[in-house]
Amino acid sequence: MPVLDIAKDVENHTLTITAEFRAPVKRVWAVYADPRQLERVWGPPGYPATFVDHDLTPGRRSTYYMTGPDGERYGGWWQITEVDEPRSFRFDEGYADANLSPKPDLPVSHNVYSFISVGDTTRATYLIAFDSAEDLQTVLDMGTEEGMRDAIGQIDQALA
Amino acid sequence: MDRVDAALHALSDRTRRDILKRVLAGEQSVTKLAAKYEMSFAAVQKHVAVLERSGLLIKRRSGREQLASGDMDAIRAVTSTLDQFEAIWRAHIDHIDELLADDPPPKET
Repeated sequence: MPVLDIAKDVENHTLTITAEFRAPVKRVWAVYADPRQLERVWGPPGYPATFVDHDLTPGRRSTYYMTGPDGERYGGWWQITEVDEPRSFRFDEGYADANLSPKPDLPVSHNVYSFISVGDTTRATYLIAFDSAEDLQTVLDMGTEEGMRDAIGQIDQALA
Repeated sequence: MDRVDAALHALSDRTRRDILKRVLAGEQSVTKLAAKYEMSFAAVQKHVAVLERSGLLIKRRSGREQLASGDMDAIRAVTSTLDQFEAIWRAHIDHIDELLADDPPPKET
């Protein structure tokens, strides 16, 4: 398992994930820069993502939707704020409806993804900050709602 | 890998979720299970082994047959302690890992 650490800091409403990949930094960067690769890895199990717009350039807005097992679409957007290829990029992320219109009432996260070379591998650090502990809690609760419905839902169905 | 890690990894694959669903419905032989998928017997057996290691599936031998069933208690334990957020991130990182493994890195220029 390439995940090294997942740290949740509810007090500071931030989450930090560290992972290590057996590939050079440039290769890992390409996963995020190329929408066709990004959509293969974005979205939880059973919720494949489709990026409609994606360009890792400051000021650009990415839009995507994830398709649930019931065919329902869950939208999201990224607003790219800073890019230092291939070391790091910053973006804000929020939710959107099925037509990709942003949902302004839902929390927006501020994200910094950075990549450093460690020997033959890439150490990736994902920093996700929310404006308040309440926002963080809302997102964690929504994870229950949307994110893992497939993995858990399928089992629940089988148990029912 | 701890138990939750192993279970999340096991659940990150569609075929394994499908296998688990089938064995939760009732014990069945690995041979019969494998016949339901288009992949090779060895590939199905590998998925079964991942599920078994995760503790979600139990295998026993009956004569020449290997019988698989789902461990409901293990599944309940995992899903109740499951941290949703962590699950999503682990899946994301696993997917990247798979993508990188699929597609060997281009030579550095």
